Amino acid sequence: MGLEILVCIKQVPHPDHFSEIRLDVGSGRIIRDGVPAIINPLDRHALEEGLRVKERFSGRVTVISMGPPQAQKALEEALAMGADRGILLCDVAFAGADTLATANTLFYAIRKLDKFDLIYCGNETVDSGTAQVGPQLAELLDIPQVSGVQEVTFGDEKTLEVRRALEHGYMKVRLKLPALLCVTRDINRPRLPTVQSIMEVAQKEMIIWKAKDIGAPPESVGLKGSPTCAAGVYEYKAGRRREIMQGSTEEKVHRAVARFKELGAI
Amino acid sequence: MSNSGEIWVIGEQRRGRLEEVSLELLSKGTALSQSMGVTLSAVLLGDEVEEIAREPIFHGAEKVYLLEDARLRYYQSEAYARLLAGVIKEHEPQIILIGATEIGKELAPRVAAKLRTGLTAHCIDLYVGEVNGAPHLIHVVPGWGGNLVMHIICPQRRPQVVTVKPGVLPKAVRDENKKGKIIKVKPDVRDEDFSRIETVEMVEEPPQGKALESADVVVCGGWGINALGDFSKVQELADILGGVVAGTRPAMDKGWIDEARVIGQSGKTVSPGLFVSLGASGAMHYTTGFMGSKVVLAVDQNSQAPIFEMADIGIVGDLREVIPCLIEELKKDRMPRKF
Repeated sequence: MGLEILVCIKQVPHPDHFSEIRLDVGSGRIIRDGVPAIINPLDRHALEEGLRVKERFSGRVTVISMGPPQAQKALEEALAMGADRGILLCDVAFAGADTLATANTLFYAIRKLDKFDLIYCGNETVDSGTAQVGPQLAELLDIPQVSGVQEVTFGDEKTLEVRRALEHGYMKVRLKLPALLCVTRDINRPRLPTVQSIMEVAQKEMIIWKAKDIGAPPESVGLKGSPTCAAGVYEYKAGRRREIMQGSTEEKVHRAVARFKELGAI
Repeated sequence: MSNSGEIWVIGEQRRGRLEEVSLELLSKGTALSQSMGVTLSAVLLGDEVEEIAREPIFHGAEKVYLLEDARLRYYQSEAYARLLAGVIKEHEPQIILIGATEIGKELAPRVAAKLRTGLTAHCIDLYVGEVNGAPHLIHVVPGWGGNLVMHIICPQRRPQVVTVKPGVLPKAVRDENKKGKIIKVKPDVRDEDFSRIETVEMVEEPPQGKALESADVVVCGGWGINALGDFSKVQELADILGGVVAGTRPAMDKGWIDEARVIGQSGKTVSPGLFVSLGASGAMHYTTGFMGSKVVLAVDQNSQAPIFEMADIGIVGDLREVIPCLIEELKKDRMPRKF
C-alpha cells in the first residue's frame, strides 16, 4: 500500500535579490516587484527526503503550498523533481496570514485528505524564517514533530529515529508515524529534474483549493485568523557613528584602523 | 495591555545549567514588568534543577515555578509542551518570553498553537508603546531592505508569546541578595507523553576551533567577496586581527563557509569588540546578527549600501584593493618599533 507522504513548500523571493525587496513604510506591504521567485531552499531538501522514502517503501508524494496563483510554478517544479501531485491553497481569504493562520490553512487542507503518514517541511524559509509553521501544523494535527532534522533512520515503516541539531551538538529522538519532520540542509542533496520528469509534469494532478473547498472557517485563516499583525514599518536607528573614511585607499585604510583602535575595538 | 497577568520567562536548562539566553530574557522581562507594573516570573522544567532555581531570582524574577521529574531531564517535545501549556492555563500570564534556541524554536510554536494564541519569532527588541492610541507590547522584528524593522502586535489573544534570539539583548545583572519565591508545581507526567515521541540521547560537543560567539574580532565576508575569487583574504585578515572568520548566507551558498559560521537572523548572533563586514550590502536579515558589536567596520563598493548605516567606520571601495591594503596596514603593527 505504501506511505502517503506530504511535503509543504513555500515560494519565496530569490535570496540573491533580497536587497531589491522594499517595505512600504506607510502600509507595511512587502514590495517584491520583479524579484524572481524560487522554492524555499530547505523545502527542496524536504521534498528530496519525501521522494527517497517513497522510493524505499513505495507510496505517493503530495506537495502542498499556500500562496498566490503564481505559486503554482513552485508546485510544478516540485512535480518535475518527482512529486506525484500538487495542491495549491489559493484564496484571497488566506492573505495576510501569520504563522498560526498559515498552519490552520494547511491543517484544513490536510484534514480533507484521506490519510497521511509523514509530513516533511523545510526547517525555515529564507524570507521570514520563523521556523514556526511546521511545529504549529503538527500541534493542530496532534502528531509528533521534530525541528532541525539532520538525519532520519527507519526502524520499520512506522518508527523512526532522527538526529536533530542543537547549538553545539545534537539530540536523538525516537518517534512513531504519523509524524512531521522539519529538515535542515544536512539531510540530503536535492535532485535536479530530468528531461523525462519535466515531460511528465503535464500528466500529473494539480489541485487548486479555495477556503470553501477545505471547509476552513473564515475566522481561522488569513488576516482574520491571525492573532498577530503588523503595526508598521520603521527605520531602525542603529545608533552607529556612520563615519565614512575619505582619501586614497591607503589613507582610508590607515584612518579606519587608527579609528577602531581609538574606539577601543581591539 | 493589562495590569493583571504576569510576565513569564521560560528558563532553558541543559544538563542542569541555565542557558545564557534565559538571563537575557530576564533583563528584558524586568524592564517590561517595571513599566507595566506586573510580576516577573520564570518557569523551569527539568530533573534535580532546584539548585539553579534561584538563578532567575538573582536575575530579577520574583517567582520561579519549578516543575521537576526524572523524566524531564532532557527536553521532551510533547511532555514539555503539554506541561507548559497546562501551567500557563492555570496561572494566565499575559506575556511569555522564550529564547529562540534550537529547542525554543520548536517548543514555542507547539505551546502557542496549543493555546491558539499569537507567537512572534526572533524579536530584537520589545517595549510597551502606543498603536492607534492604545498601549501594546511592540514586538520589533527585522524587516526587508536595509535598516527597516517591522513592529508586530498581538492585540487580543492572551498570553502573547515571543521568542528572542540569543545574544541580542544584554544579560541581567546577578545579585545574590535578591529575594523571591520558588513555587514547586508537581508535574503530571504521563506515559503517553513519551509513547509517540521520546528524546533518547542528547550529546553536546564543544565547538571546534575558536568559538564564534565568544570571539573578540569577527571578520565576515558576503557576496561581494566573489570579486576576490575565494575566501582566503578574509581568513588572512581574520588571522592578523586575531579573530575568527564568518560569512553571510550567500557566502555559505557559495560554499565558502559552513552553516555554523553564518551571521544573521537564521544564523549566529555575535557581539565582538570589532565586527568587520566585507562585501555585504546590509540587509536586516544579516545585520541583526551583529547589532551588539562594540565597533562595526564595513567595507563595500556601493556607497549607498545600507551596511554603512549600520557601521561606525565605513570604507567605500573595491574589495580587491581594500582588503590587501588592510592586511598590509595591520602587518605594520607587528613590525618591531624603533624608538
